[in-house]
Amino acid sequence: MERRVRRRYAAERRFRLFGLAAIVLSAGFLLFLLVTMMANGARGFVTTEVALSIDFPAAGLGLTPDRIRGPGGDLALAGAQLDAVVDRAAAAQYGAIGPALFSDGADTIVRRALKADPRLAVGRVRLWLPAASDVDTAAKADGTPLAEKRAQVLTDAGQLRTGFNWGFLSGSDSTDPTAVGIWGALKGSLLTMLVTLALAFPIGVLSALYLEEYAPRNRWTDLIEVSINNLAAVPSIIFGLLGLAVFLNTFHLPRSAALVGGLTLALMTMPVIVIASRNAIKAVPPSIRDAALALGASPVQVVFHHVLPLALPGILTGTIIGMARALGETAPLLMIGMRAFIATPPGKLTDPSTVLPVQIFLWSDEVSRGFIEKTSAAIIVLLVFLLAMNGIAIYLRNRFETRW
Amino acid sequence: MPTSALLFLVAGLGLIAWLSGRVRAIAFRKAPGQRFSSLPRHHGSFAAMWTVLPPLLFLAVWGACAPGLATNGVLKTPAAAQLPPPGFERAAILSEARAIANDHHRTPLNPLATRLAPAYAVEQSRYGWIGGATALLLGIAGGAFAFLRIRPGFNARTRIERIVMASLLAASLIAILTTIGIVASLLFESARFFGTVPITDFLFGRHWSPQVIDPRNPGASLGAVPLFWGTFFIGAVIAMLVAIPFGLMSAIYLTQYASPRLRAWMKPTLEILAGVPTVVYGYFAALVVGPALRQLGVAIGIPGATSESALAAGLVMGVMIIPFVSSMADDAIAAVPSAMRDGSLAMGATPSETISRVLLPAALPGVVGGVLLAISRAIGETMIVVMAASGAATISLNPFNSATTVTKQIVDLLTGEASFDSPKTLAAFALGMTLFVITLLLNIIALTVVKRYREAYE
Amino acid sequence: MTDKTILNDHKMTARNVSVWYGAVQAIGDVSIDIDQDKVTAFIGPSGCGKSTFLRTLNRMNDTIASARVEGDIRLDGEDVYAREMDVVQLRARVGMVFQKPNPFPKSIYENVAYGPRIHGLASSKADMDRIVERSLARAGLWGEVKDRLSDSGTALSGGQQQRLCIARAIAVDPEVILMDEPCSALDPIATAKIEELIHELKGRYAIVVVTHNMQQAARVSQRTAFFHLGQLVEYGQTSDIFTNPREERTRDYITGRYG
Repeated sequence: MERRVRRRYAAERRFRLFGLAAIVLSAGFLLFLLVTMMANGARGFVTTEVALSIDFPAAGLGLTPDRIRGPGGDLALAGAQLDAVVDRAAAAQYGAIGPALFSDGADTIVRRALKADPRLAVGRVRLWLPAASDVDTAAKADGTPLAEKRAQVLTDAGQLRTGFNWGFLSGSDSTDPTAVGIWGALKGSLLTMLVTLALAFPIGVLSALYLEEYAPRNRWTDLIEVSINNLAAVPSIIFGLLGLAVFLNTFHLPRSAALVGGLTLALMTMPVIVIASRNAIKAVPPSIRDAALALGASPVQVVFHHVLPLALPGILTGTIIGMARALGETAPLLMIGMRAFIATPPGKLTDPSTVLPVQIFLWSDEVSRGFIEKTSAAIIVLLVFLLAMNGIAIYLRNRFETRW
Repeated sequence: MPTSALLFLVAGLGLIAWLSGRVRAIAFRKAPGQRFSSLPRHHGSFAAMWTVLPPLLFLAVWGACAPGLATNGVLKTPAAAQLPPPGFERAAILSEARAIANDHHRTPLNPLATRLAPAYAVEQSRYGWIGGATALLLGIAGGAFAFLRIRPGFNARTRIERIVMASLLAASLIAILTTIGIVASLLFESARFFGTVPITDFLFGRHWSPQVIDPRNPGASLGAVPLFWGTFFIGAVIAMLVAIPFGLMSAIYLTQYASPRLRAWMKPTLEILAGVPTVVYGYFAALVVGPALRQLGVAIGIPGATSESALAAGLVMGVMIIPFVSSMADDAIAAVPSAMRDGSLAMGATPSETISRVLLPAALPGVVGGVLLAISRAIGETMIVVMAASGAATISLNPFNSATTVTKQIVDLLTGEASFDSPKTLAAFALGMTLFVITLLLNIIALTVVKRYREAYE
Repeated sequence: MTDKTILNDHKMTARNVSVWYGAVQAIGDVSIDIDQDKVTAFIGPSGCGKSTFLRTLNRMNDTIASARVEGDIRLDGEDVYAREMDVVQLRARVGMVFQKPNPFPKSIYENVAYGPRIHGLASSKADMDRIVERSLARAGLWGEVKDRLSDSGTALSGGQQQRLCIARAIAVDPEVILMDEPCSALDPIATAKIEELIHELKGRYAIVVVTHNMQQAARVSQRTAFFHLGQLVEYGQTSDIFTNPREERTRDYITGRYG
């Protein structure tokens, strides 16, 4: 008997251990994922720059400070073949390998510098320009032996420095990993989310109010309920097919636009908001409705004066969670063509644009090694946004959740 | 008339209507001691609604048909005689002409479009003015009508509330419209697909290679069985082998054993795991898990080990589903009456015996429902398989081998440059239809099971 | 009873009122008169339909989809269930206080001001201040809350909350006040205060109180109606009902044989 009890206790301990192991492994996986992304991504926020002396008058561009400042200055700057200037100056300073040390995006930095201070054009200046991808990875001690040796020489000569990559936060997509930025994708995401929120929030809340407060119980409302519950479980890619067939092929809205992306995600997010809102509305005690009705408030007044304000924290929590899901969504947006190479941030809703998760997907497909750290860095930015949104949602839930 | 100016005018009219409706209602309220069912601001809003809504509705309809009217007008001009017969080219020229008319800085491609552009500009502005004037007239007429209806006994509040209720109803109908939209678009395109490819070839064919489609017998290379197998193998087998034990055990540990402090930390952690976007999981699977598993496969001598293996995609997908299974199991266990647990413990059973002999059997329907929902999620999951699974359609039981899924193929088929009605793109819709039907069935079964189970303990 | 007596001084009259919830009959054939300046008590064992009947008087039963009311209920001779009757207006004239205090989770001031605001009873802020003060004073709460009108109504004690609800009902200037077991959630001291308040209010409003407490009915009311199993068993002067009931069932209930 005693042995049996001991065996049973051993089984009990084992069982408990399994449970603990399941939790620890799940959390461990999350940790592993985050650490991997962090380790890869941290380097994406660092830029490597190599110094380059350029003698503008000698380059024969014909650029004077007055021309740059005057009308048509931008055009003159764009017309000046600064990439060739950079290549020549690099060859003059570093020899034959010189041009290969600099990023393809180096000339835009030169152009920006000239625009910011046109007086540079009259003399010889030393500029810090972004290094080419292999030099960049080498400077972060992850490159080929040859590139690493080259980077070491440059560092010793004081011609190489590293710093925070502001260009990554302010730039857009590019073919050169050292010149890429996420602002274009981020702006696309913001525009898309704007459309999604503007449609899904009012429609979701209003239909939740109707279903919870007014709808008579009949076949129609059952149909609405079943539709909403099923829509919440439909795979997101199906919404992409819907967007493709309806918005693009039937209504001929522009491909790859934030407007269409927002519409598609709104249809996907709306059921989430409806379900969360219904739960929040259900939690408002009936005694509040009775109190207002007994004072002579009409059903519409009862809902808009009392029920909706009291349910709002719950509704907002659900909305933020739904929006966070939409922000991380990729597949439906691929379906409506949001996978184009977008080198300029979208200006309006109908401009071709991309979003952050799609940008991550596109970069993950690139062969160049320099894109690995950029992909992870973009993932960090995306996760920061999502964590912030979820944090706000949890805060709202804890701060305003009323127990009746 | 520019749209913004028109909307501004309508809004201005609405404001005037609101103010005058209010003033008129106040004037009627001089009689003291009398109760009114509506307040002056209700009357004001009533007038404003009658002023604003008719023009807006009219403009919505007008916006849909005015371009057609303008095009008809353009077609009557002499320049239009040179247009090619109705078809794709003609439509392209017309739409370019419209674009030039609206945006003068555009560089023209087609000389005919440039010549048609002025006519377009004339027609557009003509119909724009007609529409604008009609809208304003409608607004004024509506406002006047509403203004005259305001009398002492007039109940403006119930009229406004009726409009509010109508908009609530309309909002809730969007859900039905979306469902209809999904079903219709999938059905329509699938029907076109099955017009060229026999449905039996698609459902039972074992060869899938959409890159080379024989136009005489497209069904021969569009057999979806390898896709169904891959989807099932990755989503319903490998992913569930990870998600069910881990999810279930976490739920059991968190609900039955964990200290409140641990639970307060672990629940949000699991929620974060659920909130990580799938593209991140996919990247992780492709970057870390896939290559690692290939090395493992090679090391233990498995033939055909690839970094785009079914196992990599399935494992990561399973991890993604853990929080989902865990929260469903959590709900199912919480729904079991505590009396059952207490009864077992009072007989001297250990907690683990109580859980495995009493709680789990009682919670089983709820858990099964949750697992079905999890499977439906896994087979609809796209980004992980797009990034980590392979495009080659093979049928293999070896998890280190490559496998492809329905969702992966939909993305591959639709992100090429094929025209919209080629069998390739239509095949994507047929796959989408299949996916939709299967997930729908799984959801319906799961929800019924869960609902029955909840009712049993209520 | 003839129509003439109805027009006399009965504030509300009910004739042959029956209520169904779906197929289940909750009230059968009840006829009763509610008098101006009097307190009428409805007593009876729980589930006897007294609360259901109370809720038909201001059509609060409309909120229950399956409820169906038959018969004739009049307020000052106007048919309460007529098509032209605006429920919103009706409820402003026939106020209600519930079993459990249910203040809005808003400030004390806003709780009282809400009714007058939706009915447009105040023409200015000062006017509204006057209405709030008068209502709170009539409910005997002004002295206790006048310095913290912006505090939440839910922060008050149970008895204070219930008096706030009474103040809220008074603020829209009703003609009848229905009270559905207003003291059942309160302690004896708070109960005494509410009873005192009912006594003071009876000069201005017709008051109907549902209670399961017979002593309370005897203390506050002038008329008492005894309900049993959805039927009105006996209705009359409170003193008669308690000292000299006509019906056997009333006597049994009052002497504590059941209930």
